[in-house]
Amino acid sequence: MNRRDFLKNTVKGVAGLGISAAAIEFLNPKDILANINKDTAKVRWAFLVNTYKCVGCGFCVKACKQENEIPYDANVTRTWVERYVITKDGKRYADTPKGARDGFITTKIEMGKDKFQEVKDEDIQKAFFVPKLCNQCENPPCVQVCPVGATYQAPDGVVLVDRTWCIGCGYCIMGCPYGVRFFHPKYHTAEKCNFCYHRITKGLKTACVQACPFGARQIGNIKDPNDPITKIILTERVGILKEEFGTKPQVFYIGLDREVK
Amino acid sequence: MVHGELWTVKELFVYPNEYIYWSVQIVMYPFMTGLVAGAFVLSSLYHVFGIKELKDIARFALVFSFALLFVAPVPIILHLQHPFRGINNLMTPHFTSAIAAFGIVFSTYGAIVASELWFLYRRHFVSIAQPLKDKQDKTLGEWIKFFIFCSLTLGVYDVSDESLKKDEKAIKVLAGLGIPVACFLHGYAGFIFGSVKANALWMTPLMPVIFIMSAIVSGIALCMLTYILTMEARKFLSKRKKATQLGHQTSEELQSAEVNVIRMTAKYLLLFLVFAISLELLDLVFRGYTATKSWDVLRSVIYGKDFTNIFILQYTIGNLIPFILFLLPNLTIRRAVLAVVLVMFGVFMMRWNVVVGGQAFSLSFAGYMHYHLPIIPHDWETLKEGFFGALAVFLAPFGLFWIITKIFPVFDVKESH
Repeated sequence: MNRRDFLKNTVKGVAGLGISAAAIEFLNPKDILANINKDTAKVRWAFLVNTYKCVGCGFCVKACKQENEIPYDANVTRTWVERYVITKDGKRYADTPKGARDGFITTKIEMGKDKFQEVKDEDIQKAFFVPKLCNQCENPPCVQVCPVGATYQAPDGVVLVDRTWCIGCGYCIMGCPYGVRFFHPKYHTAEKCNFCYHRITKGLKTACVQACPFGARQIGNIKDPNDPITKIILTERVGILKEEFGTKPQVFYIGLDREVK
Repeated sequence: MVHGELWTVKELFVYPNEYIYWSVQIVMYPFMTGLVAGAFVLSSLYHVFGIKELKDIARFALVFSFALLFVAPVPIILHLQHPFRGINNLMTPHFTSAIAAFGIVFSTYGAIVASELWFLYRRHFVSIAQPLKDKQDKTLGEWIKFFIFCSLTLGVYDVSDESLKKDEKAIKVLAGLGIPVACFLHGYAGFIFGSVKANALWMTPLMPVIFIMSAIVSGIALCMLTYILTMEARKFLSKRKKATQLGHQTSEELQSAEVNVIRMTAKYLLLFLVFAISLELLDLVFRGYTATKSWDVLRSVIYGKDFTNIFILQYTIGNLIPFILFLLPNLTIRRAVLAVVLVMFGVFMMRWNVVVGGQAFSLSFAGYMHYHLPIIPHDWETLKEGFFGALAVFLAPFGLFWIITKIFPVFDVKESH
């Protein structure tokens, strides 16, 4: 092969590779799917928590455990409620006994290692409750780190786990900055809140939303401008958790305090 | 009970689902792959860079690396909640995950080591298979031996000078190719940790480099230790065989060869140890200096909860003391044994402090988790993810090495090159 032929063939080869690579791009399965399921792409589930309304009754946690078959006494939960107590002398306490499954039945703060801290009412500067659940991030690190693709994001934004394919390495649990993931005590696969996917896709509310007596929890479609929660998120001041991780969480909070961890 | 609950003790504010999910087997995993990579790099120092002083240990290190290779994935499998699904990692690799590369990197590396070994031992295989092939009345034992070595030759019986020269060239290329792949094999283990943005202790781009450096340190240390042990055994045997076998190396010859190899190898160990410690300290200083949001909780773990593990066990006993032991003049075998054992302990503690230390604090930055390694097993989980599971993983390569040396003898063998 002389130099001219070599250059010719190189140009041809590069062009050929470029065209075939473009074909792969052109036939991106995700885009095809998005075009087929145009309706589902119009939905993006989001959650709104009004921390002013939460009283820490724990009905949401209880309802979630029952709805999603998380063993009742197992010390893991798909959603939980945190209590924050800040005293006048600047001390900060937080706890979530059993994920607040039974609510907060004592004023003593759980400190771990079976220790409790008594805080007198008159010493409290401010105190509040914060419900937590999976943030169904727009940029979910758990999906990124799953080595087998067992956890994935549905077109409507909800991150799901395939229990038949999860190998149980725990990388997603490590990758989640919010600590929402755990191993299911029975199935031994990664487990997390999925916004009660089996319910919301049938037009129902999530178990926790339905169980909340005070309307502190709401779920809706953020792509629908007429959805009540979309209106609130667009017009009011809402916060998100741990923005610095760049995960773009889709659980929004009204009245989020800087002390919330 | 939830996985992890058994060995986790929570303190202050920890999210309800947080436990030490990555336990001792995940400490063993980078430790073992580190030994694989380290042993290989040591063998390549001779094959690629032609450092002649390391000739004796190079062959040894390559065979040992091969033995370690089979054990490296074992801790992961013991750790998986669904070990039988581990193959999914090869079936549907999800390439945005660092772990997904495991199958490709690992098998590439395995193929390189296996081919290099083949070229290195080809002449040896032929020297055993050829006479057996010509022999008429073979006993059953000879048939088995013939079958094994005949298969290992892959039908190539050409041992002319010309073909042996080609072997030599192939070894050099493979060893050269193996260095980046070995570094990648281990660097990516570091990347698995370093890329977890949720974990304040792990997330640093230095992690893969730190892992590679400490891997080479531990790999060289393990090779030195095993080399010494085998040489001692040979010395013992040569004393007994002295009268009967002529031509065998005498105990004194072995002694002087051993000391020379160990002194030379120790220099390379020191070099990589300096790199490893410098990078680790750089990481620590940088974290303290920049003092980002996580520094408060990290400081309380590094200088408080894990002080003994990090500064006493890892840096002092595992790094500083062996460093001094190696630097003192006239290194003896006994001193070298003590030093390499301490070095390996130091690298193990480094892995421990990364894996367990990274989970010692809550994602809330307001609480802590303490890990209690299960020692006495009372069920399958505490066996495989407990002390004995880890011990089995550590001891397995030695047993495997003993078996493999039956086919790839590391001493007294005619070289292919």
